[in-house]
Amino acid sequence: MTTDFLPGLARPEIFLACAGLFLLMVGAFGGENKVRTLSWLAIAALVIAALLNVVPAEGRATAFAGMLVVDGYAAFAKTLCFLATAAAILMGIEFNEREGFARVEYPVLMVFAALGMSIMVGANDLITLYMGLELQSLSLYVLAAIRRDSIRATEAGLKYFVLGALSSGLLLYGASLIYGFAGTTNFDVLAASMIDQAGATPIGVTFGIVFVSAALAFKVSAAPFHMWTPDVYEGAPTPVTAFFAAAPKMAAIALLARVMVGPFGPLVHDWQQIVVFLAIASMAIGSFAAIAQTNIKRLMAYSSIGHVGYALVGLASGDEAGVLGVLVYMAIYLAMNLAAFAAILCMKRDGRMVETISDLAGLARTQPVLAAALGIAMFSMAGIPPLAGFFGKMYVFLAAVSAGLYALAVIGVLASVVSAFYYLRIVKVMYFDAPAAGFDRRLETGPAVVLAAGSAITLLFFVWPAPLVSAAGAAAASLFAG
Amino acid sequence: MTDWPILSIITFLPLVGAAFILFLNGTPDVVARNARWAALWTSLATFAISLVLWTDFDRSAGGFQFVERTVWIPGYSIGYHMGVDGISAPFILLSTFLTPLCILASWHVSERVREYMIAFLVLETFMVGTFAALDLLLFYVFFEAVLIPMFLIIGVWGGKRRVYAAFKFFLYTLAGSVLMLIAMLAIYWQTETTNIVELLEYGFPRQMQMWLWLAFFASFAVKVPMWPVHTWLPDAHVEAPTAGSVILAGVLLKMGGYGLVRFSVPMFPEASEYFTPLVFAMSIVAVIYTSLVALVQEDMKKLIAYSSVAHMGFVTMGIFAGTRQGVEGAMFQMISHGVVSGALFLCVGVVYDRLHTREIARYGGLVHRMPAYAVVFMVFTMASVGLPGTSGFVGEFLVLAGTYQMSTWAAALAATGVILGAAYMLYLYRRIVFGKLVRDDLKTMLDLDLREKIVFAPLVIATIWLGVQPKPVLDMIGPSVQAIVERYEADRAGSQTHVERPNSTTTAQVPETAR
Repeated sequence: MTTDFLPGLARPEIFLACAGLFLLMVGAFGGENKVRTLSWLAIAALVIAALLNVVPAEGRATAFAGMLVVDGYAAFAKTLCFLATAAAILMGIEFNEREGFARVEYPVLMVFAALGMSIMVGANDLITLYMGLELQSLSLYVLAAIRRDSIRATEAGLKYFVLGALSSGLLLYGASLIYGFAGTTNFDVLAASMIDQAGATPIGVTFGIVFVSAALAFKVSAAPFHMWTPDVYEGAPTPVTAFFAAAPKMAAIALLARVMVGPFGPLVHDWQQIVVFLAIASMAIGSFAAIAQTNIKRLMAYSSIGHVGYALVGLASGDEAGVLGVLVYMAIYLAMNLAAFAAILCMKRDGRMVETISDLAGLARTQPVLAAALGIAMFSMAGIPPLAGFFGKMYVFLAAVSAGLYALAVIGVLASVVSAFYYLRIVKVMYFDAPAAGFDRRLETGPAVVLAAGSAITLLFFVWPAPLVSAAGAAAASLFAG
Repeated sequence: MTDWPILSIITFLPLVGAAFILFLNGTPDVVARNARWAALWTSLATFAISLVLWTDFDRSAGGFQFVERTVWIPGYSIGYHMGVDGISAPFILLSTFLTPLCILASWHVSERVREYMIAFLVLETFMVGTFAALDLLLFYVFFEAVLIPMFLIIGVWGGKRRVYAAFKFFLYTLAGSVLMLIAMLAIYWQTETTNIVELLEYGFPRQMQMWLWLAFFASFAVKVPMWPVHTWLPDAHVEAPTAGSVILAGVLLKMGGYGLVRFSVPMFPEASEYFTPLVFAMSIVAVIYTSLVALVQEDMKKLIAYSSVAHMGFVTMGIFAGTRQGVEGAMFQMISHGVVSGALFLCVGVVYDRLHTREIARYGGLVHRMPAYAVVFMVFTMASVGLPGTSGFVGEFLVLAGTYQMSTWAAALAATGVILGAAYMLYLYRRIVFGKLVRDDLKTMLDLDLREKIVFAPLVIATIWLGVQPKPVLDMIGPSVQAIVERYEADRAGSQTHVERPNSTTTAQVPETAR
């Protein structure tokens, strides 16, 4: 392990930072009529950044004097975050123009958010962690409120900011406690000192872990720290909601897993109960609270809370199989969630967006392809084989069962039966109910591309699961190799 | 010929047909017509290929045949592993036999024909896959995937309360199955394999067997369905379109029975023995109680649905009797029930298509207008009652004979179900077919047309052929059942305490008893 400066390892981050600044300049001087070009440039930058990801030959290396780590795990999570961000930009291009808030800040902020995520998943120090998290969060606060003339969007942005600031405070407090009791902020050194103290964890460190995990639970919107999610998801413009539900979640979960199994890996018995509780609460809230929703974006918010619960089931086991489960689950979650939001973006009637579930009535007759794609996403989220969502659930439960967390696994599958009810309700509305007035026939390019890609991955994953599973396996192994 | 991946072809050919139908172009009428014919030809071709299983099947061996195996999910040793033995092969044949008949019976479906045909072909793929899978996870994938097309079939093309019925069907079955998933994952960590062939040889610790048995039972008992978790069945049957009911009764219920024979008894013998009194009790209640419930039904489909629960009660009892006659009888009863109850639902469908009601009181005296229908309905009524010479007799007789060796009381109580079965079926038949033809709308009813006769002909032939000459099927089932029973008895003898029962190797004579 090297601890030199080594900026070359941070190629994606440096590239994204430069690209973001460049795009900002183009936007500032080019004005509003350059938004479309900017969006495509941002997408290109994200794809290039994803390609710049490298796994060092020795498997794991640190840069900037141990502040940033580059390993297979980071590369895997970064690739997914970048691609999900690119998909979110793609979905929003035409929407934003149509809705009249096509602003240059939109793609630029997305790029900076992606940079923040990249730093988060590569964090090897509490300071880096905080910097990445704040860069990402500040970009997201602005994005939530980017539609300045909408009261709902402004409210969403403000709510997100206030609660997000609170969680940042919790994080800082926890980090300072850990620093106070352990004497370091570096993850590698922390891990070493935790091994020494295993069995007699200083109470301050335990408190610190609780605060840090609470703050990260805010970011992944795990219950009971989920309160902001439904309001923000409902209030923010739909492409922004799609973005919130995808890339930042992936980054925050990846960060949570890294913090838990990295520096605090030796204390697994201390934090396991926290994660188990978060998982059960999230799955329960995600299943039961979603039943009564009528707005599809709110429903998706509760659904995402539930999905985080399932990902945490994998993390709860605290071993390599668990991290593998988390990564597979989140990758599949990204595909099906982006597909679902792409379908929601197609819900417009006479040029106006509609958001209630009853607007989907009879969609299978008016637009069979769209209905089939959304139906696939719903069955997949419910975890019905042979769709991808089932395999995600299988991997996390496989990990939970191997760690002997039978009660957690049983609660998890039962919650998935409850959640199947509301996913099926959407299928029912689309397929069984009499048709309402159809949506506008013309699909926009962005959502159509994302919808096609997401549905194809969800539907056909079972044919050839090997690439994703192998990649996730290598990523999980690299996290435990260090 | 056996070099070919026969099972994969049978499994995925319907999917190819479905993909073809998906891309059909043209006006709605043209699409509908082409979809019907494409579905029919695909399913007929599938059936023709599946006959290879019948002709090339080695009836002297109890092991798995036509085995195919490749890596599917790396890291974990989960493979794409297919193969059949005497227990699964008949069910594959049953599935491929019933599907073309269902498609032909649905010729008059006019709404969303393309989707309808796709749903049935996809369903066929999943059904065949369930029976052919030799990997635990692959089995689960197919087993659960069946829910999606069936949910849509009930919900889109069903009757008035179709939404309620579809949800009840889906959630009931899902709730049972997810527990089995956890059990399967636990099995994986215990044994490091999901290969069913290896798992059948594995001896699980007694304590673990209990939990695993319960989890598997939760899934299969709902699917069979056993009393008291049968309540989804009448709703699903009543609301499903005719062909949906046929598949539901004909094949889907058999997945539960198949699971019990394939997994519960051989993999968890000690737990199976421990829980046998429970299963017997549930089966007897199912036989007697649901027969009585069937007696008072006003709705034809509901009556037949309850009769299915009663008949499946015999199946579960035979399986857990654990004797060769019992298990063979249960297998035979399932195949027979698949044909007969499917046919009975088609019989209901015939009059429903004409009068659009399933209320028994609305009918009467149909024999005057529909003599051919009366004959066909008679054959299946008798088969359902278990008249010697029909397929229903062989299964019930073997089950009762097999159970008698284990528990006189259970056999005696279950035998009352035969009498009650005769009561409700003959009562149904009398009310619908006999009597005076008084209602005006009945006087214009037409007898079976050519298409309906083509649908019923294979079913009538199968019913009588299975009743008169059950030997070919029993020969197919025999060696595999023998292997399971021997192992089960060895485990029980090894495990303790239990009074040694006379070994039942005398079953080979049974064909003769069935005339």
